[in-house]
Order: sequence, then structure tokens, then C-alpha cells
Amino acid sequence: MAVLPAKSHDTGGTARTTPLLLPTWVVIGVFLLVPVLLMAVYSVLTKEFRGGVIWEFSTAAYDQFFVTRGLFGDEPAQIEWTYIGIFWRSIWQAAVATLICLIVGFPTAFFIATRPPASRGIWLFLITIPYWVNLLIRTVSLKFLLRENGPLNEALMGIGLIDGPLPLVNTNLAVQLGLFYSYLPFMVLPIYAAVERYNFALSEAASDLYASRWVTLREIILPIVKPGIIAGCILVFVPSLGAFLAPDLLGGAKTFMIGSLIEEQFKGSQGNWPFGAAIAMILMSLVLLVLMIYARSAARGDAK
Amino acid sequence: MDAVEIRSVVKRYGTVTALHGVSLTIGDNQFFTLLGPSGCGKTTLLRLIAGFEAVSEGEVRLFGEDIAGLEPNLRPVNTVFQNYALFPHMSVLDNVAFGLKMKGMDLAAREARAGKMLEMVHLSDFADRMPQQLSGGQQQRVALARALAPEPRVLLLDEPLSALDLKLRQAMRVELKQLQEQTGITFIFVTHDQEEALTMSDQIAVMSNGRVQQTGTARQIYEAPANRFVADFIGETNLLPVEVETVVEGRATVVLPGGHRVLCPADAATPGRHHLSIRPERISLSDAGDIRAVVERVIYLGTDLQILTRLPGGTPLHLRLQNSARIAAPSAGATVGLHLEEGAARLLVD
Repeated sequence: MAVLPAKSHDTGGTARTTPLLLPTWVVIGVFLLVPVLLMAVYSVLTKEFRGGVIWEFSTAAYDQFFVTRGLFGDEPAQIEWTYIGIFWRSIWQAAVATLICLIVGFPTAFFIATRPPASRGIWLFLITIPYWVNLLIRTVSLKFLLRENGPLNEALMGIGLIDGPLPLVNTNLAVQLGLFYSYLPFMVLPIYAAVERYNFALSEAASDLYASRWVTLREIILPIVKPGIIAGCILVFVPSLGAFLAPDLLGGAKTFMIGSLIEEQFKGSQGNWPFGAAIAMILMSLVLLVLMIYARSAARGDAK
Repeated sequence: MDAVEIRSVVKRYGTVTALHGVSLTIGDNQFFTLLGPSGCGKTTLLRLIAGFEAVSEGEVRLFGEDIAGLEPNLRPVNTVFQNYALFPHMSVLDNVAFGLKMKGMDLAAREARAGKMLEMVHLSDFADRMPQQLSGGQQQRVALARALAPEPRVLLLDEPLSALDLKLRQAMRVELKQLQEQTGITFIFVTHDQEEALTMSDQIAVMSNGRVQQTGTARQIYEAPANRFVADFIGETNLLPVEVETVVEGRATVVLPGGHRVLCPADAATPGRHHLSIRPERISLSDAGDIRAVVERVIYLGTDLQILTRLPGGTPLHLRLQNSARIAAPSAGATVGLHLEEGAARLLVD
């Protein structure tokens, strides 16, 4: 009985708000749906040799990603490991970068959130200042810092910690460092927001109930600010996975990542647009899958 | 042995001094209340006992042992927080069992004990709920059960009733007192509500400006306030500026504003200017009364009538009469005679 009036009320609300929501739908449509659809369509077209596409349906791009038939295409179909390997490496690099961001970002966010309210704004401002400089310039600068006769190696040799320069550029570490440096604020800000809302009386309550500082961190603080940590990890992991500047500039052939692979497909006449679009689609599906698993577990956590 | 002994404790925050050399002795198995207006240092004192703050000077002893340097998790003291501070990600049962878990009790034993504690606060049916699904009063009980579960030697309560509505607050007062008697644990209760303090406490320490003004039973504090602050803060009173003329054999002759003279116990008073505290309910209307006053207003309070009068010269004096059919309320503008009961007036030496 009570359902009926509630329902009619709902309909009224929807009718009133639909025109007001129109701009939102236009923005989502033009900037999100259309590009993704375009990419999905391009991934199933035939490649044109000088870049671009021929409007003819083909699954060649996906086939190229997953399957190999030997150098001349005449052997029995086998799984192509090259690209899956690049994916795996990208996931690994992004995961390590996310972990470094978390290890550095959590204490940073915690520190800022526990400053007096007046100075928190200044600390957050300081965190974001480097990001006023273009990412490309920052990444190139990092390369200069890390190279063999760069300041870092010079300094380490100067204080006698190492005898010769460490080969830092073109290593996994350099790429991870680059990714970490590119995306640190994405880790700090959501964790800061969560810690700022955290009620520190809970920490007092825990220590009052015989919990040591570490146990309080593990049993009380971390579970409560977990949503902020997960949001930070997603915000760092997802763009790290598709990043191409840091791997390109700081890594070598051995640290080739998905972002660079995609970029290559759209560059110059060597490119393969459908293949690039297909890789992007596979990457996006992967990310969506991860997010869905997270949303599922988060929903289950809430229900509990 | 005394449960808590506080010796000349000073607490400074930068240049601000929150406690100026507080000394207190709190006996075992007592309901002890720290009473005072906000900012008087009562919560600071509680936090020093709990260990959330470190003393700047002085000693805090718990059953004879100096605990001033111990972290809160090493003190056998538990706290009921003002806003309960229940762990939002744990069920009610897990909240109550948390302290037991930290003390290393195994799962079965701690769940049994936590269940028992919930039974004690009448919340057995809510063990699996999350704290935010409970009402304020229920959360309050969970906080109480959580703090009592590890069997602390002293329980600290930081204005635990202030967030509850009046009816619930009154019911909880009785329950808290019963709980204290039942468990035999020393309760140290912080409040700014004097009614709360008077109804529950074995001993009350009245604090203001970082100092203990008076310690005593409810009756001692109400009937024999040590100074103007205590007299004014506890209950209602008339504080009259008076002149002590002579002190003879412990009796002082006091000149009221308006010129009337009364005799009252002198205590430590010497001739000169002082204040006299007269409780409004200790004054009665009497045609034979020799203090004359003009009625300014009569306020109907249900159980009581409050009568605002002025003494000759304009000093206000109010009295409270029980609302009864036998009393004819005077009307505004009338001149009435007032009678002070024996012991109604108390000289305060500041």
C-alpha cells in the first residue's frame, strides 16, 4: 500500500530532474562513451599500412595480440607470449610503483592530517607544487638526476658510498621511481581525506584498552582509513599501468610497457591503429575487471 | 589503600597552565566525581590519570605505584569516552571484547566474558550489530561494557551522559551508581552537571581554573561550601556582600545590605567585608520575620515558587518555596517579612 504513493513521488522527481541532467549526459556521451565506442570500433577494423584504417571488419588486431603462427604465419596457432609478457611486466611495474607510493604516501598523508588545521592547507599545497611543472619535463629532469654522471651518482661517489656510478637509468627501478614521482599526490590526497575524517579518540580508546601503537595502527586506523588507501592505490595503479612517459624516458627496451606499446601503434607510418585500439581495449577491460572485483569486495565489506 | 593519589600535579600546554598543583586522594571502591565548569581542568586531570597526557610536574599514583611515566596501554585503567569512541568497523561484541583480546585472552573466553558484560548492560540482543546501528543510549552502554570488560582497577568516565536526553540521563545516573557498587571498581566521573554529581557521588572534588576548590561529600559541598565559587557553582544561592562587625566566641555579627544584622557561625572570618551565602530554599516567608524585603516577581516552577525580592537598598535576594496549597504566594510590590532558617547563612572567606 505504501509503495504506491512513494512510486508516484519518484516518477515526479525524475520527470522534473531529467532536463537538468542533460548537460551531464552530453558530457558523458561526448567525452566518454563516443571515444570508447570509437576505439572499440577501430579495434575491429583492418589496418592501413601508412597508419589509419580501412573500414572493413577484422579481428586481426586481437588475433595478433593473443595468437602467433610463426614468423611467416604458416605454423599452427600458439599463444603469443610477447604482448602478454609486456602486460605482465606493466602490471608488475605499476604494482611496485603503487606500493612505493603507498609506503611514502601513507605516512605523508598521516603527517599532514595530524597537523593543526591551519597549516594542513600549506602542506597539501607543497605536495602539489611539483605538479605545476609539465610531466614530460619532470620525467626528463629525473633522468638527468639519475644518469651516470648525474648529481645522484656524483653525490654517492662523493661521500664514498659507491666506487663507480650505478647504472640507474634504463632499469626497472628508474621506471618505478618515475611512476612513483608522477603519481604520488594521487595516493596522498585520498588517504589524507580519509585520515582527516578519522576520529583520533578511537586511537586513544584502543591504547586505553591495552593496544600498543602498532596494534592500534593495524587493528583500528588501517581498517577505518582503508577506503582512502584503496582509492589511492587505484588512482596510482591505473594510470601507472598505461603510462608511457616514464617507461619511455627512464626505461630501456627491457622495461617496455603497455603505454609505450600503444603509443607506438599510433606513431608515424609504422603504426597499426587497430592493434593499438585493441591493446587499449584489452587494457581497459583488465582495469574494469580489477575495479569490479574491488567494488564487489567493498560492497561485501559494507554489508558485513 | 587509596585507588588514586594525585600529588601536586601541574600540567602546562606551552605557556598555558591547565592544572596548578592539584592534589587529590581517591579512595578504593568509591564513586568519585570531578565537577567544574568547562575549562576548569577536570578533563585534563582525567586524561593524566588515563595516560593520554603526561604530567608537567607531580605524581600520579595508582594503588601506591607511580604511573606518571606509563603509556596508557600499560595502565590498569579504562575510560568511557564522552562520545563513546566505539570502533565503527567492529561489531558490538568485538568492541566489548577488544580490551580482552589485547590482554591476550583466547577467543572463546573473551567472547563469553564480553557476552556477560553485554548482559549486564542489557544489550545481549545487540551483540552482532554495528555501533552506528545503535541509539545514543545503547552506544553509551556498549562503551561502558567495553571499559569494564577487562576489569580495570579504576574506571574513568568523561562526561558520558552529556550526549543523552534528560530522561535517559536520569535513568543512567542510577544505573551507573548501581554498577559501581556491584563491581566494586573505583569510578572517577567527570561532569559539569552539578545535579549529576550530587546524585551519584560518594565524594566530589569541585574544580575551577585548574585548582581543586573543595573536596567532600555532596552534603558537605552543598551545605558548607568552602568559598564563593563553590557556593555559586553548586546549586542556587544568594551571594550577598556583607560587613562582619564583631566575632565573639565563633559567632559573627553580620550586617546585611539594608542594615539588618544576623548572627552566624564565623569559621575563620574576621571583622571586615565578606560574602554571605544564603540558599534560597532556606529562607521562608514569615510575618514575624524581621528582614523586610519587597517582592519584585513571583515565578511559577511547578513544584516550586521562585520569589525574587529586593532588600532595602536594592540588593536582590531570591527564595524558593515549595508549591503548596498552604502557602499564599505574595504579589509583586508587597513588602514581606523573611525568616532565615538556622544554618541557612554561611560566611565565605575569600
